[in-house]
Amino acid sequence: MTGRLLVAAAAAAIAVAPLVASTYHVLLMLPFMAYAVVLLGLNLLFGYAGLVSFGHALFIGIGAYTGAFLTSHCKIRSLEVILIAAAALGALVAAPVGALCVRYVKIYFGMLTLAFGMVFHTFVLKFYRLTGGDEGTPFLRPSLLGRSLEAMPKIDYLVGPYYYYSLAVLVLATLCMWRIVHSPFGLCLKTIRDNPAKAETLGIGVTRYRFHAFVISAVYAAVGGALLGPPIGNVDPTLAYWTHSGNIVFMTLLGGFTSFFGPVVGAFVFIYLQHWVMSVVPYWRLIFGAILAAIVIFAPGGLLGLLEPRRAAVRL
Amino acid sequence: MSQHVVNVLLSGVFHASILFLVAAGLQVIFGVQKIFNLACGSFYALGAYVGVSAVGWYTAAGGPPALFIVPLALAGLAVGAVGLVVERGLLSFVYERDETFQLLLTFAVVLMMEDAIRLTWGAAPRSTAGLYLVYGQTHLLGATVPVYNLIVIAASLAIAVAIGWLLTRTTFGRIVRATADNREMAAALGVDLRRVYAKVFTLGTALGTLGGALVIPATATMSEMGIELIVEAFAVVVIGGLGSMRGAFVGALVVGILRSIAISTYPELEMLLIYLIVIAVLVLRPRGLFGGAAV
Repeated sequence: MTGRLLVAAAAAAIAVAPLVASTYHVLLMLPFMAYAVVLLGLNLLFGYAGLVSFGHALFIGIGAYTGAFLTSHCKIRSLEVILIAAAALGALVAAPVGALCVRYVKIYFGMLTLAFGMVFHTFVLKFYRLTGGDEGTPFLRPSLLGRSLEAMPKIDYLVGPYYYYSLAVLVLATLCMWRIVHSPFGLCLKTIRDNPAKAETLGIGVTRYRFHAFVISAVYAAVGGALLGPPIGNVDPTLAYWTHSGNIVFMTLLGGFTSFFGPVVGAFVFIYLQHWVMSVVPYWRLIFGAILAAIVIFAPGGLLGLLEPRRAAVRL
Repeated sequence: MSQHVVNVLLSGVFHASILFLVAAGLQVIFGVQKIFNLACGSFYALGAYVGVSAVGWYTAAGGPPALFIVPLALAGLAVGAVGLVVERGLLSFVYERDETFQLLLTFAVVLMMEDAIRLTWGAAPRSTAGLYLVYGQTHLLGATVPVYNLIVIAASLAIAVAIGWLLTRTTFGRIVRATADNREMAAALGVDLRRVYAKVFTLGTALGTLGGALVIPATATMSEMGIELIVEAFAVVVIGGLGSMRGAFVGALVVGILRSIAISTYPELEMLLIYLIVIAVLVLRPRGLFGGAAV
């Protein structure tokens, strides 16, 4: 019960943030919400299916480039169309990639996903006529629910309509994921994570379940990737680079991959801490590397794991 | 035409000999400790920066330019000691954990090392100005090659032979191979795993830092060089087979030469071609060309 109250309080706080918080903080909420969507999906693989992908930046890249391409080259500005296209394209790419990757687990799964991620990164980097190369492609301001909003000043657009649109997407994504992990499908995934051999003998198609989890997580990453674009206004290949994949795994671990909301907390803490550290010293990676090392060694359950000592006995 | 082919091949082999050193470091660590060391690229970058500084001091102290390779290689090897610090200070805490956590810990080292290098040496590229051609150039089958490249290729071959000798002909090598095969059994037979891990990780690191030091006269340091090289080294070990030294050798040649051919014919393909081969190998023969072989 306290859990539900906390979640409701957090959602309410996010909803009133634009009214009370400074523009700087409200703008930081935008990448947080986009990453939260990505991480909800990633954690279906990481926390629930026990597969750590080092290539999910691929799907972030697909979502972001879908939006950039549609707005810059196809004159399609509707964010609803962009999100649906990103989700569809993410699923389309994830199907063959996932079918190959889920045949492996652990380190081999991580390596294969990393290789696919780098294929996409090299593709967007080298085929500059299509993608703009390392300069990237502009992500023009999308229209929301059919309203153009072109005349609005950029900041007003971002802290106003776009903020609430992102929040709505995040809430929707959270509800869907909540349903997924508490469905028989989610329970089967957990069984597979804890004991694949037993799951197989119980009649669970291990590879098929992993495949479905992979595709769902890719769709989430693509939608989140598309949401990342408008605040920056430009998407470039670093979105698809392998270190970005590593960073999102880091965020998940930071918040705690053993709990449903862990990754969301991780995204929040990561984004704010990163901006705060960068405002003090330019060397945020040095500090974040040390934080990651400390989490891996002392608190593998992440921040939420620290709060709940009962669950601290993490095995993965 | 043939001159062009020789040029492309030789630059490919030069790149391959550097890649081999880094990949060999990756392999020996994976073979024995089952850790996929993402930080091997960072060690390579560290070796490069330390190498440039060492040569800088050497030149400032008035050492003869022809011998610059001595301080370069020594600095590259010496800074491998950082591997001992990383192993004892970080990795030794997570040996009991899942390999995912070990992988993430090496990713933490990647992050820290990238900024540590930027903090120490700044973001501007550095090079060993002019020393690259101090040994002159030579003509080989109609192509003009810097002698330094040939020295590095020869050194890399010599190191390959030395590693082979170390692993197959010495007591240390026998212990290492036994540990790679079955660490519980090795421990039961009286092998001190702590010492073996510390030595192996330091050896793997030193190979990477030496590779970084040796490459630097031919190019310049960049703060991104580490995280870029790791994906190439990764391609090498996947193609060759994780944990196999012979695999590292063949994989390095495949990646080095293919990359060189791609750059000279169709630059867009460069790494794309290599990743596609990596995926093909992972799908068709996940253990790599030489997978399953002893270290």
